[in-house]
Amino acid sequence: MTLGSVFLLMFSAILVENFIFSKFYGCCPFLGVSEHPDTALGMGMAVTFVMTVSGAATWAVYHYFLAPLHLEYLKTVAFILVIAALVQFIEMFLHRFVPALYSALGIYLPLITTNCAVLSSALLIVQKGYNFVEAICFGFAAALGFTMAIVVFAGVRSRMTMADPPRAFKGFPLTLITAGLLAMAFSCFSGVQF
Amino acid sequence: MKNFLKQLKEGLLDNNPTLVQLLGMCPTLATTTSVKNAFGMGLATTAVLICSNLFISLLRKFIPKQVRIAAYIVVISGFVTAVELLMRAYFYSLYQSLGLFIPLIVVNCIILARAEAFASKNKPLPSIVDGVSMGLGFTLALALLATIRELFGSGTLFGYQVMPDAYEPITVLILPAGAFLTLGFLIAVVQKFRNNAEDKKRLAEIRENRDHATAERKEETEA
Repeated sequence: MTLGSVFLLMFSAILVENFIFSKFYGCCPFLGVSEHPDTALGMGMAVTFVMTVSGAATWAVYHYFLAPLHLEYLKTVAFILVIAALVQFIEMFLHRFVPALYSALGIYLPLITTNCAVLSSALLIVQKGYNFVEAICFGFAAALGFTMAIVVFAGVRSRMTMADPPRAFKGFPLTLITAGLLAMAFSCFSGVQF
Repeated sequence: MKNFLKQLKEGLLDNNPTLVQLLGMCPTLATTTSVKNAFGMGLATTAVLICSNLFISLLRKFIPKQVRIAAYIVVISGFVTAVELLMRAYFYSLYQSLGLFIPLIVVNCIILARAEAFASKNKPLPSIVDGVSMGLGFTLALALLATIRELFGSGTLFGYQVMPDAYEPITVLILPAGAFLTLGFLIAVVQKFRNNAEDKKRLAEIRENRDHATAERKEETEA
């Protein structure tokens, strides 16, 4: 494994296979917590933190616990428990030792347990057979792609609050259509292959 | 029996989990490229929802309040694993085309929402009915979305050519962007109907108030 291959892996995870716009992992927070760029950035940072750490943790659980015992089929149960415990632990740790970061990310952390982006990145890492370093890089890069998508989207949405759409389109439909237009822009990257 | 029918209507139409409550967006957007995938996803979710609702309802007196969410997730992920193994054994092609979205049923908000809002407070039988109605509501919404996307996006239904050969498919509909756009317009239509119903109700209320007021005034003048 060279530095170049890690770079390509990260590049493709951020842009080409963007979690939101090409895979639909993590659409709930993407559509729910994207009204203001500030909160979107907070959510994105919390997800980045949890996804990087959980990528490493679930990799270790799978390769040192599930695989030797031939319990691979239990990976969904094991991973969701690891993620839930990890989120709880990170929350307590930040609350105790890094209060500034806790006050910035605190309210988003409990929501992350049921964020499908985190679970799907853990499952993808196992499915693609990454090694430990690649697992961390993939988790981090995929989360960066998520953060970028949600912040860009929040920027667009905060401008849309001024608009006066037809009544039937108000709220969620318009949000979805905006996301569709952004996804169209992102689909340009799908031609890029490595 | 009448109650059950009412519950069924609630899940399918009035309180549809996808089109009205706007829950479970990830599988809705991702698996509706073909009608077959949509039915597979919808029915797999329904199966998990019925089982998890039943179990959580049976265990509702034993699960401590503080750790209930974790307990629900364990119950749900157990059933998801069972469904995943069954699908791999009996519907392998469907299992492959749905990919990661089968294990991701664990984090589908609809299931956790029904566990928290309904099954943890009700008896087993109504909980099963709730699982059936919400699951079928989800399947219905997915099938509707997939029909539009598959029919116009690739000119087929269940994989069979439906549109005439001269029809030029709108490819964007089966791309990720098309998922957002189609669902956006579909929910706009639903909102239109809901707005109309609301307007009608309000208009009736205003009329009633006005009639009432005129009747009162009449009484006053007569007196």
